[in-house]
Amino acid sequence: MNTAYRLDDVRHCYGDRCVVDVPALEIATGEILAIIGPSGAGKSTLLRLLDFLESPTDGAITYAGDVVDGDVPLAIRRDVTTVFQRPMLLRRSVAANVRIGRKLRGLDTKGGDTERWLERLGLTELADAPARTLSAGEAQRVAFARALIVEPSVLLLDEPTGNLDPYNVGLLEDIVRAENADRGTTVVLVTHDEFQARRIANRTALMASGSIVELADTEAFFTAPEDPRTAAFLEGDLLY
Amino acid sequence: MGTLGKAFADAFGLLWNLDPSLVETVALTLQVTLAALVIALLIGVPLGAGVGLARRLPGRWLLVPLIYTGMGLPPVVVGLFTYLILSNQGPLGGLGWLFTPVGMIVAQTIIALPLVVGLTMAAVQGIDPSLPVQMLSLGATRRQVAGVTLLEARVGVTAAVVAAYGAIISEVGAVMLVGGNIEGETRVLTTAIVLETRRGNFALALALGIILLGIAFLTNFAFHRLQVRQGVR
Ligand SMILES: Nc1ncnc2c1ncn2[C@@H]1O[C@H](COP(=O)(O)OP(=O)(O)OP(=O)(O)O)[C@@H](O)[C@H]1O
Ligand SMILES: [Mg+2]
Repeated sequence: MNTAYRLDDVRHCYGDRCVVDVPALEIATGEILAIIGPSGAGKSTLLRLLDFLESPTDGAITYAGDVVDGDVPLAIRRDVTTVFQRPMLLRRSVAANVRIGRKLRGLDTKGGDTERWLERLGLTELADAPARTLSAGEAQRVAFARALIVEPSVLLLDEPTGNLDPYNVGLLEDIVRAENADRGTTVVLVTHDEFQARRIANRTALMASGSIVELADTEAFFTAPEDPRTAAFLEGDLLY
Repeated sequence: MGTLGKAFADAFGLLWNLDPSLVETVALTLQVTLAALVIALLIGVPLGAGVGLARRLPGRWLLVPLIYTGMGLPPVVVGLFTYLILSNQGPLGGLGWLFTPVGMIVAQTIIALPLVVGLTMAAVQGIDPSLPVQMLSLGATRRQVAGVTLLEARVGVTAAVVAAYGAIISEVGAVMLVGGNIEGETRVLTTAIVLETRRGNFALALALGIILLGIAFLTNFAFHRLQVRQGVR
């Protein structure tokens, strides 16, 4: 098993409040890892660390075998991208938003990639529409397209289907599965939808108060959780 | 016919005849203004974007009020300062820029720069901070993040251009001190107006004023068209 990420004693604190505290975590290359957990558990913060948008207060993050700290090399940053919980689109057309990642990399933007991704996400009709006029669900699909068009090695998804109707949830899950299968994309999916985790994740983790409470194969995680807090969370109890 | 009526007639006459000294004055006014504006933009826009984006910049608490103060610098004080620097005894006296258009451009740039920096900074700060973060995630370099953010803030950045342009084309104190209002060399519209007023040629002074306002209006009209076009998306 190749390791995409290895976290050792990683803590991330704001002032004296540590919102992420992960003594050890390995994420395998090519796996789909789901992270569930209560609001404020530190899931989005963990994704920001994995996307190298913030450096941990303490500890080390190893990416593809290299310890990454200080100034993160551009090549590594460009290997990873996030679909954010609240996507922020540029005041440009939908198509321009979708191709921005390629433009930033100095890649050809005229080719069919933009059209292909617009089409895959059912956005073709909206290609020329100003992105700021989109509905929440449309904007989320644009955010998805602009992340996938750069063909990241690691795709971080923060509640990517929160605003989507069931048809589009299915569409996105299919695309994630396909990218994972065809290109070996490593996926870390933060979701409040346990069924979504069960549908697409190889492994699932429960995060609470900054820590990983339990991490197991998805099937085992949901059918035979070892930690009582996991069982409680899955039954709808409030976790602290 | 009152002074105002005569002024409009004079303004029209000067324009109609393409009065050579007027053409020269207008040309120099535009040259000095545009040169100072371009230099101020080249330095000020990146600086403003940098300060606007670096929310955790050490010394920001001091820098920002300093920039705001610079936005209100009395032009005459800038003129005096530039005069002292460029005068024979001044540190840059050897350049021989005093009483030349170059000296005037220096003074105008100093006046325009804080306006450009301050208003660009404000425009950039008006952008949701998650936008630069999401651009980083999509693989932008720091420089690209600044570029994308500036484009997002384009309406505000255009306002910075307009404010700086307006401040320097209408400015008289600094260009008077540093340029010296020498006919055919450093005379611009504002200093010509001062001169003609002192000579009692009110109609001519007013005519020059009307021409100055006309130029300012036309330029701002163009800036506004640009802003409207940008606002569409
Ligand atoms: N920049 C910050 N400064 C201070 N506190 C922060 C900052 N960012 C996040 N936090 C705090 O860290 C905690 C974890 O936030 P995070 O966004 O990671 O939670 P989450 O698990 O993604 O929650 P949700 O499911 O609601 O999205 C929260 O209590 C939040 O208030
Ligand atoms: Mg979150």
